[in-house]
Amino acid sequence: MADILQLLLAGLATGAIYALVAIGFTLLWQTSQTINFAQGEFVMLPAFFVLVGMSYFGLSFWPAVAVGAVVSVVVLGFLFKRLIVDPVIRHGVLPLVIATIGLAIFFKEAVREFYGADAQPFPPVVAAIDVTVFGVALAVQSLVVLAISIVAVAALQLFLNHTLTGRCMQASAQNPTVARLLGIPVERMILYTFLINAALVTLASILITPIYLAKFTNGEWLGLYAFIAAIVGGFNQVRGALVGGLLLGVIDNFAAAYLSSQYRMAIPLLILIVVILVRPQGLLGRVEERTV
Amino acid sequence: MRPARRPLMGIALALVFAFLLAAPFGFKPYGIFILSMWAVMTIAAIGLNLTLGYAGQVSLAQAAFVGIGAYITAYLTTRGWPFWSTYLLAGVSCFAIGWLLGYPALRVQHHYLAFVTLAFNTLIYLIFRNEEWLTGGIYGISNVPRPDVAGWSMNGPRQFYYFCLAHLALVSLATWWLIRSPWGRAFVALRENPVRALSLGVDTRRYTLMAFALGAGLGGISGALYAPLVQFVDPTPFALGLSLNLLLMVVVGGSGYFFGPFLGAMVAVLLPEWLRFTEGFYLMGYALLVMALMVLCPAGLLGLLDRLTKPAGKSAEISATRSEAAVQGEGAR
Repeated sequence: MADILQLLLAGLATGAIYALVAIGFTLLWQTSQTINFAQGEFVMLPAFFVLVGMSYFGLSFWPAVAVGAVVSVVVLGFLFKRLIVDPVIRHGVLPLVIATIGLAIFFKEAVREFYGADAQPFPPVVAAIDVTVFGVALAVQSLVVLAISIVAVAALQLFLNHTLTGRCMQASAQNPTVARLLGIPVERMILYTFLINAALVTLASILITPIYLAKFTNGEWLGLYAFIAAIVGGFNQVRGALVGGLLLGVIDNFAAAYLSSQYRMAIPLLILIVVILVRPQGLLGRVEERTV
Repeated sequence: MRPARRPLMGIALALVFAFLLAAPFGFKPYGIFILSMWAVMTIAAIGLNLTLGYAGQVSLAQAAFVGIGAYITAYLTTRGWPFWSTYLLAGVSCFAIGWLLGYPALRVQHHYLAFVTLAFNTLIYLIFRNEEWLTGGIYGISNVPRPDVAGWSMNGPRQFYYFCLAHLALVSLATWWLIRSPWGRAFVALRENPVRALSLGVDTRRYTLMAFALGAGLGGISGALYAPLVQFVDPTPFALGLSLNLLLMVVVGGSGYFFGPFLGAMVAVLLPEWLRFTEGFYLMGYALLVMALMVLCPAGLLGLLDRLTKPAGKSAEISATRSEAAVQGEGAR
């Protein structure tokens, strides 16, 4: 029983991080039809910005995080949109997919070339201690990760549903033409989603890197898990991505513990295939009705 | 293509062909190995170009088929089977599996299809890595023999290079014929506008499956050559990375152009070797090239060439619609 609870908590914690990444992914899709194949690398990179801040500029952890976050939001949000998405999206969805694959290679190779190929330790947000609740030892780190992620998602939901800017962003995603007619600056709203995505991947990066170490190849599986979470939950729904992420983290942890660690990755992939074939709109998604 | 450009094209092709024939005499064995690898990867990229460039179906599973072909060949030839039987088996089984993988394409399109094929590729990779009794696990299968052709041993690097080149020539001729046949026309119709194709009586269902199966079959053939070329098969080369790489080859060269995969494979296989002194910077440069191409000309290098050599005006219009259609395959999103 204690094992199951511990596995569940660890699964929920990593799942919540996948959810953050998946939510960013779906936001980009909703507002600008951007399928970001570099999303995994987007999670890999901010941790290295922080490490560079600490080792080259001698900053201590929290200032380095602050600087890293600003750099990430500028590079992964603003520059990504201006330099890659804006000029490519007019050619269609697939060229943008290819361009983001190129971007993923670029980030990966740049990190390997300029920082190193070895896995680097990354300071955790809280110390790795356990608390005992009803006789079960629970990792504080997992609890904190889960709490931070839930607060972040809740804040995002509040922002999207209860502020004028948030509602303008939703309108821009649902029907850009009408939104424009109503005087909403659609372009700026799209830029906001890119900045939010950058902030979400930065948060995910800070939370997940202490668990898995900082390595230039991290993006490969992180990106895959984010895609799976986004699609399983529903590509066009924030809460879908949340459920998909949590589900994926829990299933992944239990599969590794009870089924086969070798085929750990196979379970999420099979779920992905089944969901796409049986319910392409995802567990919580709406059917997309695009005519153009 | 304007008739006036035909002779120029012919001369360029003859020069390239003469270079390919003469090349082994100017290279060390490693150089010949890389050229052979180019021929093998070009075959896989030609297959993907059929699926993606002509029929407009996104596939991120080509590496899985190269892997299946390679493992079938390695497993059976190390157990004494003659090469040609395993070669045929590799092609036919990949054709069949590709046909099955085409079924999801009947239900979902574009990014969903990309994810299904991506998942398929990773699952196959896991099987290669974990089923030790069959694939040798991470240790792979070594000492894959090279075949004899009519009593001639293909064991030397030069002989095997010509062997690969001959296969590439055969595959190219078959593909050249295919895309000019009604089938090829049907593929293009499928890419340009599936709904209109269907209403004109094209059996889009069958052709979608066929586009996947043919692309996969060529992947299998490429794998059947890969195994005796490297003489060692392990899971790592057939992970998702190769699928992405093959996709980039097709798109960089010019998706939907006959010679696109040849050029793309050249950029992805040969250039890194010649630019070895740049070390990790080569891949960064390659990534930048890919992004710049997508910004400037998503139709790839050949599309760029098309645009530069043709006078502006009418042809620019054509290449614009072509590039959109070729790369997007967006008929009815």
